Amino acid sequence: MYKIVAKKELAPKIKLFEVYAPEIAEKAKPGQFIILIIDEKGERIPLTIAGYDRKKGTVTFVFNEVGKTTKQLGLLKEGDSITNITGPLGNPSEIKNFGNVLCIGGGVMIAPMLLQVKALREAGNAVTTVIGARIKDLLFFEEEMKALSHKFYVATDDGSKGYEGLGFLKELIEKNRFDRCIAMGPVVMMKTVCEITKPFGIPTIVTLTPIMVDGMGMCGVCRVTVGGQMKFACVDGPEFDGHLVDFDGLINRQRMFLPEERLSSLLWEKLGGCGCGGK
Amino acid sequence: MAENKPTPKVKKKAVPMPKQKPEVRRRNFNEVALGYTEEQAIEEASRCLQCPKPQCVPGCPVEIDIPAFIKLIREGKFDEAVKKIKEKNSLPAICGRVCPQEEQCQMNCVLGKAGDPINIGRLERFVADWERQKGVTIPEKAPATGKKVAIIGAGPAGLTAAADLAKLGHEVVIFEALHLPGGVLVYGIPEFRLPKSIVQAEVDYIKKLGVELRLGYLIGRIHTIPELLKEEGFDAVFIGTGAGLPQFLGVPGENLGGIYSANEFLIRVNLMKSYAFPEYDTPIRIGRHVVVIGGGNVAMDSARSALRLGAEEVCIVYRRSREEMPARKEEIENAEEEGIICKFLANPTRFIGDEKGWVKQMECICMELGSPDESGRRRPVPVKGSEFIMDVDTVIVAIGRTPNPIIQRTTEGLAVTKWGTIVVDEDGRTSLEGVYAGGDIVTGEATVISAMGASKKAAKAIHEYLMNKK
Repeated sequence: MYKIVAKKELAPKIKLFEVYAPEIAEKAKPGQFIILIIDEKGERIPLTIAGYDRKKGTVTFVFNEVGKTTKQLGLLKEGDSITNITGPLGNPSEIKNFGNVLCIGGGVMIAPMLLQVKALREAGNAVTTVIGARIKDLLFFEEEMKALSHKFYVATDDGSKGYEGLGFLKELIEKNRFDRCIAMGPVVMMKTVCEITKPFGIPTIVTLTPIMVDGMGMCGVCRVTVGGQMKFACVDGPEFDGHLVDFDGLINRQRMFLPEERLSSLLWEKLGGCGCGGK
Repeated sequence: MAENKPTPKVKKKAVPMPKQKPEVRRRNFNEVALGYTEEQAIEEASRCLQCPKPQCVPGCPVEIDIPAFIKLIREGKFDEAVKKIKEKNSLPAICGRVCPQEEQCQMNCVLGKAGDPINIGRLERFVADWERQKGVTIPEKAPATGKKVAIIGAGPAGLTAAADLAKLGHEVVIFEALHLPGGVLVYGIPEFRLPKSIVQAEVDYIKKLGVELRLGYLIGRIHTIPELLKEEGFDAVFIGTGAGLPQFLGVPGENLGGIYSANEFLIRVNLMKSYAFPEYDTPIRIGRHVVVIGGGNVAMDSARSALRLGAEEVCIVYRRSREEMPARKEEIENAEEEGIICKFLANPTRFIGDEKGWVKQMECICMELGSPDESGRRRPVPVKGSEFIMDVDTVIVAIGRTPNPIIQRTTEGLAVTKWGTIVVDEDGRTSLEGVYAGGDIVTGEATVISAMGASKKAAKAIHEYLMNKK
């Protein structure tokens, strides 16, 4: 059992959990993920590690309440426990002094991006950060990110804050010489970033979060084509060279269970799982 | 004093195993074979000739004294029969169900020459089930040695090594990467062949021996093997991580929706219980026309699970012919009785998707058998221009599994073959001192019982190593 020691709502439906898991905290590194299962009937879901405190023995992750499992998770309170957390999983990020790094974090992945930016700064990089969301209300960690970055930008899909969309990146790249770009966020966002950076030849690393079940190389559901080869995001990734990733294939695979996910979520709400008593 | 009774004529036919009827069982996940009653078990046991030089024992990878336990069943001493088995095998309810007895103990049974061999597996299962219903007795353990052993993986190999070492008085901790213990017994073999409550009971037995289970620990990531030995206070390590990585065909379209590896399909259905979705949260989608690629036990398990999930038609596509199928005869028969179609001498060449990215057709090529390959089976060769199309909406690729690479990648100095399996000597010693391995991680994909046999040997070697270690 893994106890939730702190819970925060960062934005509507976006929640942060800090969980007591000293052995995972001891080993966790930026870029890795955990798999959790809420209870015996639950599904196993992967979440990117957004922080760890080796002294306190805690691990932090952030999730968006989109399906039944994440909604149910969001109802847990400080002091409640999660049946099992396995981690750290996946390969850690390559962190060294690359020089001038452009970091782009979107949606819920802004959280692990903060950890990434911290590590890149400690390694001596100059970091330009862009955070993005659909609308301005879904942004979080603005102050924290700003404080760590040499340059900081905001983008929203609807233009309600900062730039509208990611089109401005082209100009940003033209004006600055970036040695590396790191993108973490929705697949469509990462795809767009890669399309923008490719003509400039900037090495671009993306973090893939496909459907996973075991998360340790057994099931192969997270398979993705990278450079024409089949890779498993869980053991070969989760980070890959974004210019080689078949994003369309990935988008297709992420939609595989949408009808079942909707059904599960709907039933759960109808049966009052959300705590509303079926209303 | 010898009894002065005329020897009754030995019955040639084995007592048949009661089974669920095919038309019923093809739509439920309950166990297919129902088990012997006490009378049936005694009747079957009475057929045993009690050979002075039994041929069955050398066929058993864990060397159970088979005639002795059968004699005890015949005498109605079920309790003693279980004890006799458990001297060698800590998981009899499992082995009685999933061992390929026809290729092992039963193969050389003298009765088999002129009739049916003794049904050793069914008798083993009977006494194990009898004991479980009555309540399991915990055997005496040797006094504590003060030595600590880490077992990696709670599958058949790990559980067996753990039980043997705990009985010898060592402190044993099993690290299991998944959230449930059992390994392939829980994620791979379906409920209808091996009910999970039975695996749980066997695991409980091992816990009662004092073994500690830590779930959700992926060794290699959370602790490495050198750390277990140097920092975590373990005196020896046994690696039983199995063959977990799925193989794919490598043909175009394999990433389309509706194409599962057998591992994914079975993990969803067995470990995550998606047959009970949405009561359980993990989804599975099963189409109307399901195709399973492969001819082994995993292919049979996948096909029969798909049928039970409601598929209209399930077809197994195998590139060789029936004779070369590696699956157990009994399982092929069970599958065919349930209405599963086998298509031989065909191999997929590509998958074709619909506009939503879901598989809708599979192109295959016909094969013919050429000269034998290194496995001794005739090599399948494609017949030029013989491509044909099948309509499918679910495909399960069951063409084998390779060792999981995480331990090998994170353990410096551990000798590994080019196939990724761990190199050991005949007692299971690896290239690192105090580190042993056994089961599929050493041999590649094999059987539950061969993994148990190897891990018993390794446990013995670990015990000797620990007792001689200063």
